[in-house]
Amino acid sequence: MTNKLPDETPEVQEIQLAYATFLNANIIIGFSGLVVGFILYIFGFVPAYLPREEMPKYWVMSAHEYLEAANISAGWGWLDLIQKGDFMNFAGIAFLSTVTIFCYLRILPILLKNKDFIYSTIVIFEVFILTFAASGIFTSSH
Amino acid sequence: MKLINQTTWIVAFSLVILLSLAIPVYANNTAIITETVNPSLFYIAWWVWPIILLITTFLLGIVAVLGGVGGGVLFVPIVSGFFPFHLDFVRGAGLLVALTGALAAGPGLLKSGLASFRLAAPLALIASASAIVGATVGLAMPTNIVQTALGFTILCIVLLMWISKKSEYPDVPQADNLSSALHISGIYYEPSTKKNINWQVHRTPMGLVLFIIIGLMAGMFGLGAGWANVPVLNLLMGAPLKLSVATSKFTLSVVDTSAAWVYINQGAVLVIITVPSIIGIMLGSLIGVRLLKVIQVSIIHKIVIMILLLAGSRALLKGLGIWP
Repeated sequence: MTNKLPDETPEVQEIQLAYATFLNANIIIGFSGLVVGFILYIFGFVPAYLPREEMPKYWVMSAHEYLEAANISAGWGWLDLIQKGDFMNFAGIAFLSTVTIFCYLRILPILLKNKDFIYSTIVIFEVFILTFAASGIFTSSH
Repeated sequence: MKLINQTTWIVAFSLVILLSLAIPVYANNTAIITETVNPSLFYIAWWVWPIILLITTFLLGIVAVLGGVGGGVLFVPIVSGFFPFHLDFVRGAGLLVALTGALAAGPGLLKSGLASFRLAAPLALIASASAIVGATVGLAMPTNIVQTALGFTILCIVLLMWISKKSEYPDVPQADNLSSALHISGIYYEPSTKKNINWQVHRTPMGLVLFIIIGLMAGMFGLGAGWANVPVLNLLMGAPLKLSVATSKFTLSVVDTSAAWVYINQGAVLVIITVPSIIGIMLGSLIGVRLLKVIQVSIIHKIVIMILLLAGSRALLKGLGIWP
């Protein structure tokens, strides 16, 4: 596997390599955080908000029923419980679910520098859509 | 040759054993949940299911690589069919499994030039917007309807996998106006022939329309969408097969991000289901890549179709209340 694209335009090479390099560094951080957080939770090193032995009661419920039964807010409500072992893992999940937004932001200056306004617009719209999804604006409050 | 056959049968045998183990344990657990009022009477310890899930997803990770499918399309029907978890949490985990798999593959595919950002970006933009709608609608619909639709979709995927032909290097006599305007074309290096492959695409507007539907289904069922992306990129738009597979994987990292956030924000992500699934699939994929060199992939492809047929039928019957 080569790190250089054969005969591609320099712009494409630069964009894909910048995206790939940035993504690679961040997924290593994300996966490491996820594994460490899960070990802390599953072996009980950090107390959980919902006792692990009660999870069979929750995992048969719908998401809506679960939020009500566990008294958890929808949207970014998990941030209030981040110090708990189970919700600590949401930091890793949220990080991995956000990394694409930052990858897009990473390549935006390259596209603008190359005056590629069509793809700059596509990237801006994509960042907007993903941020909109992550914001939870449309999530029904609980 | 003997080693290859042995390895193939070991993988197949493991899957059969796993499914046959999961069915009675599942039935047992469901009976306990429905018949008892006091949760303390659960005699299956809480940690048993995450361990079975880890082993299952590990095997799914191997099979997904060998069968040339994404982890999500195997994960959702199998786990929703044979594990006691609610479909909402299975779909949330399925999306995150597909997302993390796509993120892990992304750097290598982009650096090698097999995945094309210029091809993926417009399609991902459309699909990620529709995936938000699909996920929101999917979480609002009654579970039995989603389960039935999931079963039907999986059976359609089985049919698609069975009958669809793939084209290594489709003939694209002329790029369409839209792809020309977006400069969607390129060159990648094919190591097997030691040649640079020039490519361009056509029928881009139709591809964009189909990606709206793909995004909707990815969000609604949490399946990932490689099973649909590749035929559209390869057979409809005329991208070479390897480029289609790689670009599809990259596209998933964008589309599944938007859908995954809907599931996270709606409370449809349980750490105890999601994280073992991600770890299992990732470890299994690593082993699968190694086995790829020694195993008969054609047999695994047939096994994947059989597994999906079983899981799809199970989902359909569960949704219809025939096999609850």
